[in-house]
Amino acid sequence: MEIKKTATAGTLESSDAYVVAEPFDTLEVDLTSVVYEQFKDEIISQVKAVTDALGVSKAKITINDRGAVDCVIRARVETALKRAGGEM
Amino acid sequence: MRRTMLFVPGNSPNLLMNFDILGADSVILDLEDAVSPAEKDSARILVRSMLQTMGDTGCEVIVRINPVDTDFWKEDLREVVKCCPSMIMPTKVGGPETVKQVADYIGQLEKEYGIPEGTVGIIPLIETALGVENAFAIAGADKRVRAMLLGGEDLTADLRCKRTKEGNEIFYARSRMVCAARACGIDVYDTPFTDVNDMEGLRKDAELAKSLGFSGKSSISPGHVAAINEIFSPTQEEIDYAHEVMDTIEEAKRQGKGVVALRGKMIDAPIVNRAKQVIEMEEAMFGGVRQ
Repeated sequence: MEIKKTATAGTLESSDAYVVAEPFDTLEVDLTSVVYEQFKDEIISQVKAVTDALGVSKAKITINDRGAVDCVIRARVETALKRAGGEM
Repeated sequence: MRRTMLFVPGNSPNLLMNFDILGADSVILDLEDAVSPAEKDSARILVRSMLQTMGDTGCEVIVRINPVDTDFWKEDLREVVKCCPSMIMPTKVGGPETVKQVADYIGQLEKEYGIPEGTVGIIPLIETALGVENAFAIAGADKRVRAMLLGGEDLTADLRCKRTKEGNEIFYARSRMVCAARACGIDVYDTPFTDVNDMEGLRKDAELAKSLGFSGKSSISPGHVAAINEIFSPTQEEIDYAHEVMDTIEEAKRQGKGVVALRGKMIDAPIVNRAKQVIEMEEAMFGGVRQ
């Protein structure tokens, strides 16, 4: 999937994540999280699983995580990418 | 057994991730009124992602989809049917054709996803005057219809009357829906009591619904769940009596008696049926509802 525009998904409420997806030359993930030290690698791997599933290889994904569980992270990243790819 | 059906907004991770610990027998994950039009896509992806992760929690899952006259309902179904919710709740159902439309698309998706046909049921939400008048036809519209739910707020708007705590304005609708559902052999659930802080009003409303024949009651507040569960549960006295009835029947069979009495009252078929229902509820009360 080609990322054509900037799009967002999610909120900054507790247990949620706010995700921004935008066009970029490579795949870059910028993560801010209240549990960064404990779960950075796990969150990044969830993001990678979504980009792989959607075939996204070029995008900048900025995540402000407010303690979201894995399935919420995946859902918000998927929504932001699909919106940015014009699929929604 | 469903005594309570708790509405949970479909785009709120904080509530979604805890739906199975709120005490309700069923939860209705809401993709309709609780989600703004701009967030419909986000909510259905979130609900699908949560359901795929959570697996079987012992709490029945129902998903309320958007009305069939919107652009959203098919996408709602495409995302959530693959998670095999117990039932789909179509909204503002006015007649059997809406049920058939939703049932046909669920059938298509079950086939596409390799899910056994008939896995996903339907619980139509009746919330218009037309829906109330067509309740019997709706209840019997398709074999997927397992229950119906009354939506009192939209109904009273459609009836052009004020919604009151006493509920006189929906008495006819309640009675008609119970009769229609029972005639078709399905369950029927009452509208939520919307004042979250009025526990006395809630209890009166739930007791009225139970007295009319409703199987249980929906709720928009986790704080209402315990009271509704209590009111729609059989009492220990009712459970004891039900066991006594069944024991007496078994003893009569062993002795070859055709007619038996308990506590001076003849035990006939309706009493036996009621006793069986109470024992079924007693057994289900400790395990939630999975179909």
